[in-house]
Amino acid sequence: MAKVPKPNELVFDYNPPQKWWMDTKPEFRPGTWCYPGKAKNAEVLGLPNPREWSPLDEDWKLPSNWKEIIFEGMRDCLNKYRSLRVFMDICVRCGACSDKCHFYIGSGDPKNMPVLRGELLRSVYRKDFTLAGKIMGRIAGARELNEEVVKEWFYYFFQCTECRRCSVFCPYGIDTAEITIMGRELLNLLGVNIDWVLGPAANCYLNGNHLGIQPHAFKDMIEFFVEEIEAVNGIRIEPTFNRKGAEVLFITPSGDVFADPGTYTLMGYLMLFHEIGLDYTWSTYASEGGNFGLFTNHDTMKKLNAKMYAEAERLGVKYIIGGECGHMWRVIQQYMDTMNGPADFLEVPRSPITGTVFDNAKSTKMIHIVEFTADLIRNGKLKLDPSRNDHLRVTYHDSCNPARAMGFFDEPRYVIKNVCNNFWDMPPNCIREQTFCCGSGSGLNTDEFMEMRMRGGLPRANAVKHVHDKHGVNMLSCICAIDRAVLPPLMDYWVPDVDVTGVHELVGNAIVMEGETERTTDLRGNPLEGMEDMSDEDL
Amino acid sequence: MGIKFSLLSVIALMAAVFVGVKVAGLHYFFGVVVPYAALATFLVGFIYRVLLWARSPVPFNITTTSGQQQSLPWVKQNKLDNPSTTAGTIGRMALEVLFFRSLFRNTKYEYHEGPKLRYQWEKWLWIFGLLFHYSFLVIFLRHLRFFAEPVPGFVHSLEGLDGMLQVGLPGLYITNLIFIAAVTFLFLRRVVVPQVRYISLPSDYFPLFLLFFLGVTGIIMRYFSKVDVVKVKELALGIVTFNPVVPSGIGVLFYMHFFLLCVLLAYFPFSKLMHLGGVFLSPTRNMPNDPRMRRHVNPWNYPVKVHTYEEYEDDFREKMIEAGLPVEKESK
Amino acid sequence: MGLEQFLAGDKPALARAWFDLILGTYPPETSALLQKDKNQFANPVGYTLSQSLSGIIDEMLGGFDHEKVLPLVDQVVRVRAIQDFSPAQAVGFVFLLKKIVRNRAEEGIREKRVSPNEVLAFESKIDQLALMAFNVYTGCREKLYELRVNEVKNRTFRLLQRASLIAEIPEQDTQLKNGKDSIT
Repeated sequence: MAKVPKPNELVFDYNPPQKWWMDTKPEFRPGTWCYPGKAKNAEVLGLPNPREWSPLDEDWKLPSNWKEIIFEGMRDCLNKYRSLRVFMDICVRCGACSDKCHFYIGSGDPKNMPVLRGELLRSVYRKDFTLAGKIMGRIAGARELNEEVVKEWFYYFFQCTECRRCSVFCPYGIDTAEITIMGRELLNLLGVNIDWVLGPAANCYLNGNHLGIQPHAFKDMIEFFVEEIEAVNGIRIEPTFNRKGAEVLFITPSGDVFADPGTYTLMGYLMLFHEIGLDYTWSTYASEGGNFGLFTNHDTMKKLNAKMYAEAERLGVKYIIGGECGHMWRVIQQYMDTMNGPADFLEVPRSPITGTVFDNAKSTKMIHIVEFTADLIRNGKLKLDPSRNDHLRVTYHDSCNPARAMGFFDEPRYVIKNVCNNFWDMPPNCIREQTFCCGSGSGLNTDEFMEMRMRGGLPRANAVKHVHDKHGVNMLSCICAIDRAVLPPLMDYWVPDVDVTGVHELVGNAIVMEGETERTTDLRGNPLEGMEDMSDEDL
Repeated sequence: MGIKFSLLSVIALMAAVFVGVKVAGLHYFFGVVVPYAALATFLVGFIYRVLLWARSPVPFNITTTSGQQQSLPWVKQNKLDNPSTTAGTIGRMALEVLFFRSLFRNTKYEYHEGPKLRYQWEKWLWIFGLLFHYSFLVIFLRHLRFFAEPVPGFVHSLEGLDGMLQVGLPGLYITNLIFIAAVTFLFLRRVVVPQVRYISLPSDYFPLFLLFFLGVTGIIMRYFSKVDVVKVKELALGIVTFNPVVPSGIGVLFYMHFFLLCVLLAYFPFSKLMHLGGVFLSPTRNMPNDPRMRRHVNPWNYPVKVHTYEEYEDDFREKMIEAGLPVEKESK
Repeated sequence: MGLEQFLAGDKPALARAWFDLILGTYPPETSALLQKDKNQFANPVGYTLSQSLSGIIDEMLGGFDHEKVLPLVDQVVRVRAIQDFSPAQAVGFVFLLKKIVRNRAEEGIREKRVSPNEVLAFESKIDQLALMAFNVYTGCREKLYELRVNEVKNRTFRLLQRASLIAEIPEQDTQLKNGKDSIT
């Protein structure tokens, strides 16, 4: 028996010899990187070095003076952002962040530890901007900038979803999202970027939204949902577009207009606004809440975001309400007013129904639809029948950006608990400020990245599986359009019996509208509890 | 990576003192020149680094929110983990700086077999981090007795408190034990936990060795190979009063101890030890989460080219009119 | 039933040995993470692995009920199917069990408590396990590609529907709806 070769010897290369991280290179395997940005999209956005290229090529067609560009860019960023300066200098590599990253947890790739992601940039910074690094080199943790480093940056800065979970645990508040943002800023100077970010950004710039849907089609789509709502409860809603003089401009990510299940959330918005008689308008020019500029560079983010205030001013509205979206709200909360404000032409948001003044948005003058709805419910202005969501057993995924850039925790839970009878939270270290990312944020929600997305989404899916097994949860709610696009495949792979919804879809189901016919199905056409027979007859 | 290098560097430094003092008799050099040079490097370097940080603006309010925001009046805000006022922010920073709040968060809940939720301690780093920093602080303050005449009252009470075990003669200081234990823990953690070992640089080990030997030489001097404390104080006072004297007969051990301190000071501004200053300037922690309430101003905010509504309407006017969408101009 | 009983004496150690060998298929920094703690939420890969492996061992030494084994194999392979492994590596962890069983059985054979034939029979069970793993692996990879296709379809489905580019035959319509529901 001893002569038989050991089975494991046939299959495995055992632990590869341990090399220090500076000596390993990423392997561009399918599923772990995103397709590069197309030249035409880079041109629309005025980004440098537009060209056709592939990460699999040896030659990435970088500009001939690319090193200079990076150094100049780095100097520029260091002078513009204190965050970068401080974060480059003070990390003590304590490792508190190391196991907080969903990509590290799911993939085990050590360079997905936030601390090492930071070191990728830090090592170059040390070499060129610190005395110790210049003299001591490697001993001081410094390394030469070369093309391999650029390739590594591309690989790992597009394997970070900028979710900021690590930042919560860092004793110095070092935010890896900020480092990734700077890394992408630098990469964009060389024309190194991904098309899933550039394409939507270019479309948004020219046509108003990520998919490049033209104005008439945008209107058409919303009217299509008007018909669908009418089929559910007989109420005919008449939304308006680009209407001057409306009180409120409503902006939501375009994903809600074109992709299920976001579309049902959009129906929820329409129903809610109709029922309370809100004087609001949609805009086809500012028809995108999302901002893939945040995932490109500062200038692109500002360009795209400028439309919100510009359109609000043109239409003469009093304030803006924003739909359920994650990174959109990071931009609104932390960047918009600073970049494109002050919005003196707007008024402090005041709910026309309850009279509540939203002092927490008194400068930016844009409020989150969930705070708006929570206030309506709190003041008893909505007639709700939560039993219409009884066929759903709901949990809630705190979307990263509203969680860690706003602290938006209790408002959505308040709304959900008022429109649903069955709600369970996931375990404590997976929700609220410690929430796990969907694994596809920051422009990585493209299909060629599916393997990595499944890895990154594993910690989230795993927590959902727990409440699914324990409480029979079958619906995962969230307030992010990227979540609504990417959690369905994530669930399909890891927890197949769980579906995904926006919070306002649940509101749409529960809201009792004046003059509506008896509902037999929810917004998706699924029979309500106790109505299973009725809907069969319908068919 | 770099453990040996760091260890050897520290040993080499000590050997240099030994040779310098014992063989070459460079008492004045190690007792006066080096300390002034180190102190100057520390002060200039520290201030320079902080000014460098402070010179870069904070263009955006990028607070990391770790609790419920200030929202509608009936939603209970977490005022310390997500402050919206200056007072709250000071509170948050105080928790961060004095108690390592974020590191404390490093807790885990876990389910073991069965439905029971258990609480797992992932707080060793937090505990030893705190012990290390506070014992270092106490030891630092205790040393003021060498640098001040008369010795301030609080130094005496600190010594009393620290030596309350009343073991041995001279009395054992608790902080000495804690300090060595904590440094040892922090070192072992770096070596034993594979991930932490993987991310560690020589510049992570070097200060640990430096501190370890700083502590060890100090302890030897206090408990085993006694030095002439009066003479040491004479030297120390000479330095702080800019009236340097080098009394003869201070053992080489003292010079080693003193030199390691000097190296630590001189090394400080060029190293990660600057987290002492940096933690106060970290933009994710030191701002209130109020950017929707009060506009944060970016000093370098510059205009960018945008795609205006007019350009947009020019692109789509016919289609918009056909779809019944209002337009600014009926035709071009 | 000699071998099964013989092995059953030390089930946890068996599972642990298998777990350790599988950890050895990951780079050292990674295996350190996986084995660090058994925390279900902070370390789902390590947790799933250790839970499923002991479950599989139980079944291997007990009834070997396919209905019960399959979900356990599924849990392990589903993770490995999306990690940096070749197909052989992804399912090959099963064969590591042979190594362990052979090592343990040697002693039993020497003491005549276990016959070599029993070892061969047990190895056939391991082969069955490997085939199961292969099925699951293929299913997972197919699923991944299905997800990609669905995602591309779903991105524009509503638009096509609206633009009447999709045939509006009623039966077709409901089929599409059902298909769509499985996507979302």
